[in-house]
Amino acid sequence: MLTVELTKKWMELFYAQIDQEKAYLSELDTPIGDGDHGNNMKRGVDGVKDSLAKLKDPTLKETLRTIAMALISKVGGASGPLYGTAFLEMAKKCDESQEPAILFAAALEGIKKRGGAKEGDKTMVDVWAPTVKALTDGSFGTEQIKQAVASTKEMIARKGRASYLGERSVGHLDPGAMSSGYLFETFIAAGGVK
Amino acid sequence: MKKIINSPQDVVPEMVDGLVRSYPEYLKQIPETEAVVRSDQASMKGKVGLVSGGGSGHEPTHAGFVGKGMLSAAVCGQVFTSPTPDQIYAAIKAVNQGKGVFLVIKNYSGDVMNFEMARDMAEMDGIAVKEIIVDDDIAVENSLYTQGKRGVAGTVLMHKLLGAAADQGASLDELETLAKKALPHISTIAVALSAATVPEVGKPGFELADDEIEYGVGIHSEPGYRREKIKPSKELVAELLSKIDEVQHLDATHQYALLINGMGATPLMEQYIFSHDVLNKLAEKNITPVFTKVGNYMTSIDMAGISLTIFELAEQKWLEYLNYPVATVAW
Repeated sequence: MLTVELTKKWMELFYAQIDQEKAYLSELDTPIGDGDHGNNMKRGVDGVKDSLAKLKDPTLKETLRTIAMALISKVGGASGPLYGTAFLEMAKKCDESQEPAILFAAALEGIKKRGGAKEGDKTMVDVWAPTVKALTDGSFGTEQIKQAVASTKEMIARKGRASYLGERSVGHLDPGAMSSGYLFETFIAAGGVK
Repeated sequence: MKKIINSPQDVVPEMVDGLVRSYPEYLKQIPETEAVVRSDQASMKGKVGLVSGGGSGHEPTHAGFVGKGMLSAAVCGQVFTSPTPDQIYAAIKAVNQGKGVFLVIKNYSGDVMNFEMARDMAEMDGIAVKEIIVDDDIAVENSLYTQGKRGVAGTVLMHKLLGAAADQGASLDELETLAKKALPHISTIAVALSAATVPEVGKPGFELADDEIEYGVGIHSEPGYRREKIKPSKELVAELLSKIDEVQHLDATHQYALLINGMGATPLMEQYIFSHDVLNKLAEKNITPVFTKVGNYMTSIDMAGISLTIFELAEQKWLEYLNYPVATVAW
């Protein structure tokens, strides 16, 4: 069950992870993008941290919506709307259910709709889709997430800036898949799934 | 990295502030944003607003084209990173005169997503919004397997065309029709001598040897279609023009506008030599462009290189739009 407390803990850990891996994310973005994914995500988590600190006794919906708006207004590029949409869809869904499997599934639909990427296009969807599935069949876990991130290495990019490289994108991890991996790993570390 | 900056994270706010304060006769900053609007508010009265924007690093695009007869507002994102929907929305609101707002978006996944989220926000507030997604870079094929063609220097011609039409009272629907009609007639292709260095990254987006060039590179160091040894200007022109010819089938019975665009680190001296060769090559086909611009319009920070845009003026009105007087920093 996703709660306000869990979400806050999760965002603290996500912040720490992005802060620590900022240079690595930008490095992954250099051969197949424009080398700024770490900086962009850092601006986003800074925004999340500041906005959450201002909330007084928020509901889960307010918490998720605040995260969404911070990401949308701070990250920019393609990652801002995609991560922002993910949290906005969770905010819309959370009155109905607080089950991570259901919330993440709603988020995934939002990401697919916003960005138009399918599984296999070498994007964050390649982490979100198998992870949502793993949450339903019980295989969800750090190993499963790492595998999903790693699977993007051999894919040919078909969306976003990396798509211009075509086959030259093979052999590189997708930076958005990596940051999504961090998002799910920190969800586990925050106690998200027992 | 050697740049005249204070710190990489302050590049955009300091640049916008410097630009606006240097040219208060043209530009005003929307408070709490990196969006700029026309200072000449009276010139927007009763007209459709025209808003563009994108990542910074392409100066004078887009803010340099804000002013009477051209853009109503421009939104400056982080370097090579699309601006966010809240900022784009602030620009839409600032220029809305009740006649609707038209967006000029370059075809990058981030730009399209952020502008469309801003459009959704504006529509929820009852502001009519329409858009054109510019994709004039013919170096990449339109394909289901990529983002599609990119928006590059031809976007500036789109600003000019739509700005003139909007200033003469064109409606939102008329602007959409004009944009859709003109877009397929605008083709751009570039050659790079060296890559751009994003301040927050600190090193060039790709490496080219001292004697190497790359054809078809994008304005954010996206890869091109071929690398080879540097050649004389006339041979570079022959290559680029042949690519445009494949798409446009250049023909002396048609009228053409020409935009030769420096990518940031290429001196005007070299741009004029390139122009000399383009005009000679076109003359071989008995073509004399009826409109020409040479200079830095859509740069890529400090990339060395040049792009060639050919716009077939399928309608006489389009030439009038290109010649229509404007009051901007950079046209």
